[in-house]
Amino acid sequence: MTIDALLEKIKDRFGASILKADKHSQKRLYLDIDPKDIVDIVRFVFKDLGLRFNIASAVDEFECMEILYHFSFDRTGLELSLRVALKDKINPVVDTITAVTRSAWWIEREMHELFGIRFNGNKDLRRLLLPDDWPDGVYPLRKNFVVPKRDSRKA
Amino acid sequence: MSYKPTIPIGPYHPLQEEPEFYKLVVDGEKVVDVDVRIGYNHRGIEKISEAKTFDQSLFIVERICGICSSSHPIACAQAVEDIGNIEVPERALYIRTIVQELERLHSHMLWVGLAGHFLGYNTVFMWGWKYREPICDIMETVTGNRQNYAMMKVGGVRRDIEKEHISYILTRLDEFLGQLEMLKGAVLDDPVLHSRLKGVGILSKEDAIDYAALGPTARASGVDIDVRRDHPYAAYDRLKWNVIMGKNGDVFDKAVVRILEMFESVSIIRQCLDKMPSGAIDSNPKDIPPGEGIGQVEAPRGECFHYIRSDGSNSPVRHKIRAPTYMNFPTFRETVIGQTVSDATIILAAIDPCYCCTERMLIVDDSDKEVLKFQDLVRLSQEKTKKIKDKYGIK
Amino acid sequence: MTKSINVFHCSSGSCNNCDIEILDCLTPRFDLERFGIVLVGSIKHADVMLCTGSSNRMCEPILKRLYEMMPKPGFVLVWGACGSSRGLFKDSYNTGQPIDEILPVDVYIPGCPPKPEAAIAGVLKLIEKVNASRKNKK
Repeated sequence: MTIDALLEKIKDRFGASILKADKHSQKRLYLDIDPKDIVDIVRFVFKDLGLRFNIASAVDEFECMEILYHFSFDRTGLELSLRVALKDKINPVVDTITAVTRSAWWIEREMHELFGIRFNGNKDLRRLLLPDDWPDGVYPLRKNFVVPKRDSRKA
Repeated sequence: MSYKPTIPIGPYHPLQEEPEFYKLVVDGEKVVDVDVRIGYNHRGIEKISEAKTFDQSLFIVERICGICSSSHPIACAQAVEDIGNIEVPERALYIRTIVQELERLHSHMLWVGLAGHFLGYNTVFMWGWKYREPICDIMETVTGNRQNYAMMKVGGVRRDIEKEHISYILTRLDEFLGQLEMLKGAVLDDPVLHSRLKGVGILSKEDAIDYAALGPTARASGVDIDVRRDHPYAAYDRLKWNVIMGKNGDVFDKAVVRILEMFESVSIIRQCLDKMPSGAIDSNPKDIPPGEGIGQVEAPRGECFHYIRSDGSNSPVRHKIRAPTYMNFPTFRETVIGQTVSDATIILAAIDPCYCCTERMLIVDDSDKEVLKFQDLVRLSQEKTKKIKDKYGIK
Repeated sequence: MTKSINVFHCSSGSCNNCDIEILDCLTPRFDLERFGIVLVGSIKHADVMLCTGSSNRMCEPILKRLYEMMPKPGFVLVWGACGSSRGLFKDSYNTGQPIDEILPVDVYIPGCPPKPEAAIAGVLKLIEKVNASRKNKK
């Protein structure tokens, strides 16, 4: 499957949900999609088209909180990244994709504790990486969290 | 020199006091549930990377994991090169391939040693780590250091391979191949290992796909993925080599995949040294344009994935790092439930996690009362092997 | 040669390079065992606490507790740049104080990771210290 064929297949099913398509190269496709359709599109891409879930990366942008879901089509070496933009930066919420694939189990926990994103439908958003005594509501990977510069002789 | 049985593998301290990492709930001899708590190694590298320049990030990602010390910098460099479609000279691609494959050799040999220890083949542990040393020597000759090579940069590599080193590398590889042949015979023909490892910790193909397992963990279950072939990088598409697959997804298949991959690695390095063209090793890119890029590399444990977003300045806006063990760890839950406690260590070792996470395991019963420590698990595993050896009349 | 020295190894969030080099030092090529170094599985039997890693916040209380459990006089040897000063990770949100602000460190072996030869030199310094303290006790 070429990158154009992949784009056509997704457009056929979910044309209305695609806000923007950016073909970065013959191997890289970035699709901006409507957050409310993420689970259906992930189900189509993972179960029907057979792409492999790489990882999801959240990005704290100026106007919104973005999440990119990265998928690989290994047979022809393509990378598809589905981008959702969550407008509410204070309490960003999106549906969980763990019902579609268990491989998103850990990354949703990580995005929850490092960015403060809530995943509707995911009942297991316990701490994964941060210590138990890390204060609630403090999300280290957000841009407004600044790590104080420390002299190596003081904590 | 006599082998002292008190040598533990890796750090033990969290087990002594803090009951977390992998908590296995047992019912008699069988494991019924697994819970995991990680974070002991979380150093906030993604946040640190946002405060550094692209060049400096490469040194930090080297230290994500000591054994994947060339995979992460190559993936990071590739992600930045993807943003601006930066060309890398041919010679640099071959050098990257050589360093990658040397790392695969020393990582798989390290794994063989660890697995030997967990199974009670203590000479295999010493043997595996002793025959790993020539690979570290080659690394030191080529890169200047046994670990943490500082070889990669955006647009190429930092150091060239000198002509006089090539015959040294080829000689050491020939010796290494002899030891590998011995190892292959020892593992594939040993009835005790067959009995001990076959049918243990099976990860089905469907589960491997659902959990997005990577590397030898996935290939042993019949999932045909290898980043070197599927998303070609460095010089892999210019060379002849095979992807090694297993069928059953048990610990034995995972071991066989790793051992046979070492043969392929030796062949790849030899082809690179033969075909490597002369020329520049660095394209010296000046500016990184705004945009986003992805770099993928087949580390010894599976795919390393880096995503970098740039706004045209000297530092990344976002640097997402995903190591292969992150996707492989959750498969441990699938493979260990229903298995006996004495197999728990070898099942965990079979996914080849960064080993300092391997011993952070605790066994509890239904009432959450601690029943066994990790040293007990290793002892149980070694005792099980001994029972099988006695059954076959092997000392 | 000195009496055997029991070493307990603990990692407070390292990348494993140092941990692997420690085990490498016990393999036949470098063979630290000829100096009488023995790795033990329990802090209660240890003379020396060998720490690696950049003292991750989750590991700090564990390090303190382990040091309290070590029979005194006990020595602390810190291995690697991360152990000595947190190294590259000093500006992270998840690394606390460097190990020498949590425990009294006796020997530092800097390097990332330290070469086995550097480690052997550090271990010899430690052996001098241990022997000196045993002589003082007599």
